[in-house]
Amino acid sequence: MPTRIEAGRICKAGALLAGLLLAGVAGPALAGKANDTLVYASDSEPENLSPYHNNLREGVILARNVWDTLLYRDPATGQHQPMLATAWTWVDPVTLDLTLRDGVTFHNGDPLTPEDVAFTFNYVLTPEAKIVTKGNVDWMKSTEVTGPNTVRIHLKAPFPAALEYLSGPTPILPAAYFKKVGLDGFSKAPVGTGPYRIVSVESGRSVKMVRNEKYWPGSPVGKARIGKLEFRIIPDADSRMAELMTGGVDWIWRVPTDQADQLKRDPTLTVVSAETMRVGYLQFDVQGRAQDNSPLKDVRVRQAIAHAIDRKAMVDNLARGGARVMNALCFVEQFGCTDEGVPTYAYDPAKARALLKEAGYPNGFEIDLSAYRERDYAEAVIGYLRAVGIRAKLNYLRYAAFRDALRAGKTSIGYQTWGSFSINDVSAFTGIYFRGGEEDLARDPTVIAALQAGDTSTDPATRKAKYKEALTRIAAQAYALPMFSYPSNYAFSADLTFTAQTDEVPRFYAASWKK
Amino acid sequence: MLGFALRRILVAVGVALTVSVASFMLLHLSGDLATAIAGPEATGEQIAAVRAQHGLDQPLVVQFAAWAWRALHFDFGRSFYFPEQVTDLVAARMPVTLTLGVIALAVALLVAIPLGVLAAFYRDTWLDRAALAISVLGQAMPSFWFGLTLILIFSVNLRWLPVSGNATWKHFILPAVALGYYAMPAVMRLTRNGMLEVLSSDYVRTARAKGLPPRKILIRHGLRNAVIPVIALAAVQFGFMLGGSIVIEAVFSLQGLGQLAWESIARNDFPVVQAIVLVLAMIYIGLTLAADLLNALLDPRLRS
Repeated sequence: MPTRIEAGRICKAGALLAGLLLAGVAGPALAGKANDTLVYASDSEPENLSPYHNNLREGVILARNVWDTLLYRDPATGQHQPMLATAWTWVDPVTLDLTLRDGVTFHNGDPLTPEDVAFTFNYVLTPEAKIVTKGNVDWMKSTEVTGPNTVRIHLKAPFPAALEYLSGPTPILPAAYFKKVGLDGFSKAPVGTGPYRIVSVESGRSVKMVRNEKYWPGSPVGKARIGKLEFRIIPDADSRMAELMTGGVDWIWRVPTDQADQLKRDPTLTVVSAETMRVGYLQFDVQGRAQDNSPLKDVRVRQAIAHAIDRKAMVDNLARGGARVMNALCFVEQFGCTDEGVPTYAYDPAKARALLKEAGYPNGFEIDLSAYRERDYAEAVIGYLRAVGIRAKLNYLRYAAFRDALRAGKTSIGYQTWGSFSINDVSAFTGIYFRGGEEDLARDPTVIAALQAGDTSTDPATRKAKYKEALTRIAAQAYALPMFSYPSNYAFSADLTFTAQTDEVPRFYAASWKK
Repeated sequence: MLGFALRRILVAVGVALTVSVASFMLLHLSGDLATAIAGPEATGEQIAAVRAQHGLDQPLVVQFAAWAWRALHFDFGRSFYFPEQVTDLVAARMPVTLTLGVIALAVALLVAIPLGVLAAFYRDTWLDRAALAISVLGQAMPSFWFGLTLILIFSVNLRWLPVSGNATWKHFILPAVALGYYAMPAVMRLTRNGMLEVLSSDYVRTARAKGLPPRKILIRHGLRNAVIPVIALAAVQFGFMLGGSIVIEAVFSLQGLGQLAWESIARNDFPVVQAIVLVLAMIYIGLTLAADLLNALLDPRLRS
């Protein structure tokens, strides 16, 4: 009697469902001031919570809230201050001595020792560690314990940005615990010394943290103000917005500008637009590898493109919220980045057309342009190019494919963006793309030499001079066209006090509830 | 009946084998696996080490045999992206997708069958037309849009239900409705057509002539016979829903298999993609087989 059974089940299920629907009317909110729980949401999850084993921004955020670094850079002044290290001295340009703080304990109760520092840095330098952010540590040669509370870092070559790296992407891991549980165990139950302690990791869903009540006193970041912190992964942007509006989460970011405008009308929310260190730029196939007789080999064509694009209008109408036009290929507030004396390209379509004519392209040409994010920005660029006769075809790719194509010389114009790993030093930007590496499409010996000199000199004045030389040459030859810094729109509960920084690292430990 | 069942099972095993070969080949269509695992910054030496470690230097047939043997023991290797075993990942996400699928199917049947019956009974009236309109709408509406509309109404405006996640049963209501609506039209039409056929049959006419109340005719005589093809369809729809819940899982941030599949494709995490394809295919094959056997049991004519 399948029908009767079926019908019976259906009735029961129906009653149950109706019950569920009614019961669903009243549900407690899990986020917010009342529960002292700050829930923040983003779209992706780091592949591994170990801070050296992911290169996602979401991982950087967790790292900054859960781990401490040897030094601390004050985001307001840019000065380096003591953190896990109380003092540091350069013995010579390739040897750095540090004194560690007493009385710091990891979340599992182990005290911080020089062995932890030495283990962390020596481990991440081994190939077996398979860390994904090599560039952040490969300036180190080795680290050794020199006393009960001192360590010495040996550098491969002089590296003046070392202090900046030690205050950012180089958190300290607990040696004994890490050795015991291995990388797999560590990523499931990570342990640091930072203001928040991870209490649960649900792959694909959330990471829950509580305030580290035993956080060492006197830390420049201070004890966390909010008791509980939770990171939720919500892939869909509209769902994130809906969660924020209903109080399911307290904080979201990277809100598209038009949505941010909508959210501003909600009195229970605060919307902040802040500049970030991320800079968008066009990188040109200077050597003409992507197509035969590429017009881009001609400096006049590259300059024509630079004159054809109204970057100011793009900032005003598309990017908005704190973005600025950049003229040198770096973020202007980074050490060594300057646009003083660097050739600039004003919006001048007539001049662009004249330059194209001079270069032998009176009727323009066809070209490909690859991009991997902010499709609307790339499309705006294509529109400007078309206005002067350059017919660009958009290849919109995923980042891995984009980077592969760029490295293999299969892209004529790449719409790149770079956030410098939040490192406030020009070595984290220009060098990646113009120091002869795989992503250097120009391979200009003059630029390479200048950047190398800048990256390895210990004299700030020399560094500045060398970087200026490189940046000037890149701009004069129009190897790349810097567009503008990117803004980020943050939207959060009006109950929350939160300050955004240009390095795109939300410091939740510093956030608090309004009284 | 036994012969039919055996033949049917044999076909299912054949399909399963084909799917497993296809899902294995998936891995090898995408370029050098060792390079993908070792990552973009690996040296040639590291890539060679990875190749040896994962047995990627063996002939394809040997690799397939090893993989199939391990797959038989539910060992799908390690995820390229997460530091986890694929089996653990899939097992952790499976309940979410199954729960969603079951509730969605229940929702679909709950609405579609009564609606189909009523539409057939009140044929060519406003009720019939309304039922048709609902079903057309269900097929025409993109499920992400419907899902977002539900969120807007029930979560943002009315604040009755949570927006996303799978913390409690309440979190499943909206996604199940959104997903169920996608399966509903087909079931509704099949029920309606089956009912129409049954209602015009001789025995129903006889029942009417005997003066049985319409409700009894509908349920006892009509639905009982009309529901047979619906069983098969429901099984197929359930399979579709498991695979098709990708969009719904993304909209409602349900961390199920669909979401995992989508993200794994984006991350080139082939062992995970492979396992999900295989698992979903097996479920689908199993359901179809079960539905076929059930139908054959109910209707002897199907056995030939």
